[in-house]
Amino acid sequence: MILTIAMRELRSLFLSPLAWSVLAVTQLIIAWSFFSQIDFFFSIQQQLVSLPSPPGVTDLVVMPTFEIASIILLMVTPLLTMRLISEERRNGSIALLLSSPVSMTQIVLGKFFGIVVFMLIFVAMISLMPLSLFMGAELDLGKLAAGVFALVLLLSAFAAAGLFLSSLTDNPVVAAISTFGLLLLLWIISSNTGGTAGVLSQLSLLSHFAPMLRGLINTADIAYFILFIATFLVLTIRQMDSQRLQQ
Amino acid sequence: MSSQALISVNNLVRYYGDVCAVNDISFELHAGDILGFLGPNGAGKSTTMQILSGNLAPSEGEIRINGVDLLEKPGDAKAALGYLPENPPLYREMSVDEYLHYCARLRRIDKRSIGDALDLAKERCGLTRVNRRLIGNLSKGFQQRVGIAQAIIHSPHVIILDEPTVGLDPIQIREIRDLIRELGTQHGIILSTHILPEVESVCNRVQIINAGELVYASDMQGLLAQQSTDRYEISLSRPPATDAMLASDCIDRVEQLDTHRFIVHVRGEADCLAAEAVHNDWGLRRLVAHEHSLEQIFVNLTLGEGEAR
Repeated sequence: MILTIAMRELRSLFLSPLAWSVLAVTQLIIAWSFFSQIDFFFSIQQQLVSLPSPPGVTDLVVMPTFEIASIILLMVTPLLTMRLISEERRNGSIALLLSSPVSMTQIVLGKFFGIVVFMLIFVAMISLMPLSLFMGAELDLGKLAAGVFALVLLLSAFAAAGLFLSSLTDNPVVAAISTFGLLLLLWIISSNTGGTAGVLSQLSLLSHFAPMLRGLINTADIAYFILFIATFLVLTIRQMDSQRLQQ
Repeated sequence: MSSQALISVNNLVRYYGDVCAVNDISFELHAGDILGFLGPNGAGKSTTMQILSGNLAPSEGEIRINGVDLLEKPGDAKAALGYLPENPPLYREMSVDEYLHYCARLRRIDKRSIGDALDLAKERCGLTRVNRRLIGNLSKGFQQRVGIAQAIIHSPHVIILDEPTVGLDPIQIREIRDLIRELGTQHGIILSTHILPEVESVCNRVQIINAGELVYASDMQGLLAQQSTDRYEISLSRPPATDAMLASDCIDRVEQLDTHRFIVHVRGEADCLAAEAVHNDWGLRRLVAHEHSLEQIFVNLTLGEGEAR
């Protein structure tokens, strides 16, 4: 049942021009930055040779590309998640789900996985660029896998937060703006150097994402993302349930 | 009546904040019942239907659908339920086939019988020629039919229809009414509408809700019994004074509508009234049984209380 809902969500995304334009625009921007990274790599290649243990093409091209991709997706995810629940509530189609023999958990998980599958397509397309380097260079596959894994976790976290904020309002634009605000805040919170920086950077998405991009897979970071996702999914389910009570 | 009720509602209460939208409603629906659910705007009709369909949670009370408690086992209860809300719950970007296929999957129809269920629902709702059209491009009437198809695709025990004939043309309305009658032979149907003749022609039970309370419940036979009326609307070109009319043996009471039209309460049969009119040379133009009893009941119950407030 979760799969049925997820596939409809995914199909719905691709039936609207939104998903296509998002894929096209982000792909263009990421490709451009990928090429400029390669260009940069070529220009400093001579100096690199003289270093005792020089950073490879994975560190200098692939990881910066993933980093840029993560920032672009921070801006784009709110556009993809804003309609998930708010629009269904606005045009009344939520009644179909609520009167069907599916639980609130199944509805929320279905919608979440619908977006996650879309994100996987996204990550796959981004990963194709570094993989093309195989033609002429040696890649650190371990680091590449860590980067892909980090990106998947990060985007799932974005999607969970977006889903929750979409369940709070029946106006998709409000949902998009608040999602963007929340994600940006959680992103920049780590660069705060005040007295509470230690606690706040623990909450930051970036401070858990950045180590993974460097190839450092830490249980604490994985736990952070899984807790982050679970928290927002549970909040969404509770929010939907309480809306049945109050409305 | 069958032993087990398809829907049994006990002491249903629903608040919106401090406002009590539904106040202590109880009723039952059995197989073969088509229950007309009437009430003025804001009386709590849609709220009740939303609660029955699981879209809203009740503040208090118990609902059993096909014997299963809706609050304790919502999944099993909802499997026996088809619901068409006021605005059909459609995805405009999907085609009719895609949409109905999705609905069939949501309603736990197994994969092998989805094709048959789809064909049957489309045939019943007259959708066989719009299979691949996008729902967003269909006219309001067709969208309404897709909404009905969605509610009956899993042939549920209980079908809840909130104003199903809104936006349809007269021929479609007749088709939908026939469909509802046909469905009513096997399923239990709750039908909310503002159109009183629709209730008279389709339903076999009537319930009127006003200000959140059930103010009238009867089966159609009871209503028809009241309808065998003793009141006639008579139109006369040379009307006498009302006193002169009351002098007649068969006239009980007269209400004057305008200079030529009267409502006359008759003792016995109408032919004595006709004979009286001819005999006294009142210039009889028209004589009709005055039977708007459902409308009369509706107006009395809802307007009377409304004014009292």
